[in-house]
Amino acid sequence: MLVTIRLFARLREIAGASELERTLPDDATAHTAWDALVSEFPAMAGYAAAVSCAVNQEYTRLTATLTDGDEVAFLPPVSGG
Amino acid sequence: MTRQDERFRVTAEPLDTGGAAKLVSAPDCGAVITFVGLVRDHNVGRRVLWLEYEAYDRLALKAFAQIDEEARDRWPSVRLAIHHRTGRVEIGEASITIAAASAHRADAFGASRYAIERIKQIAPIWKHEHFEGGDAWIEGATADPHDQAARQTALERACS
Repeated sequence: MLVTIRLFARLREIAGASELERTLPDDATAHTAWDALVSEFPAMAGYAAAVSCAVNQEYTRLTATLTDGDEVAFLPPVSGG
Repeated sequence: MTRQDERFRVTAEPLDTGGAAKLVSAPDCGAVITFVGLVRDHNVGRRVLWLEYEAYDRLALKAFAQIDEEARDRWPSVRLAIHHRTGRVEIGEASITIAAASAHRADAFGASRYAIERIKQIAPIWKHEHFEGGDAWIEGATADPHDQAARQTALERACS
């Protein structure tokens, strides 16, 4: 399946892009997408325990299964206000 | 856009606190509290030059709507408006404005405090601090809108 990965703040800087398209196995979860990212950008590994995830603009757990065309976002700790 | 949608906004334009207050005011309101968060010229001993805010706009708007719903669980008569700035924001400028209206002042005070605490916990927004000698992303809370303990902490701060 093909998914769009959205990255923000420091994660965006590490990847050098705010949006990536990646092909994942058909049984992929958000965690699969995260693992693929960390393989590609090892500097993201330090965020494993702190990252939040959203699929199609809804917060979700990393265990969420993905479907073709999903938008998966990985969010470093937030600091709005 | 309906009036309801306009209560929640993520914008690169300067914020209009009076406008936010008008969006939530109604004849049955006896109080409107406005909270304005400003960009401060110092942080952890550094001289701050400006902040750059980044947001996941669509998710941020949903987070604001969720915070409004949560506030009404506790203070049923409250109406909230939450407007957050993105992009470069200079020292002294507003990065966020919250307007809380209710029949009585205690509820509006509580809900406005609750809203800013929850925004810092769950709104997908980040500040990039530019200070004398460098820059850094500020990383606060891991956003988890289902974390009931965090929600409880925000409620306790609002009611203290």
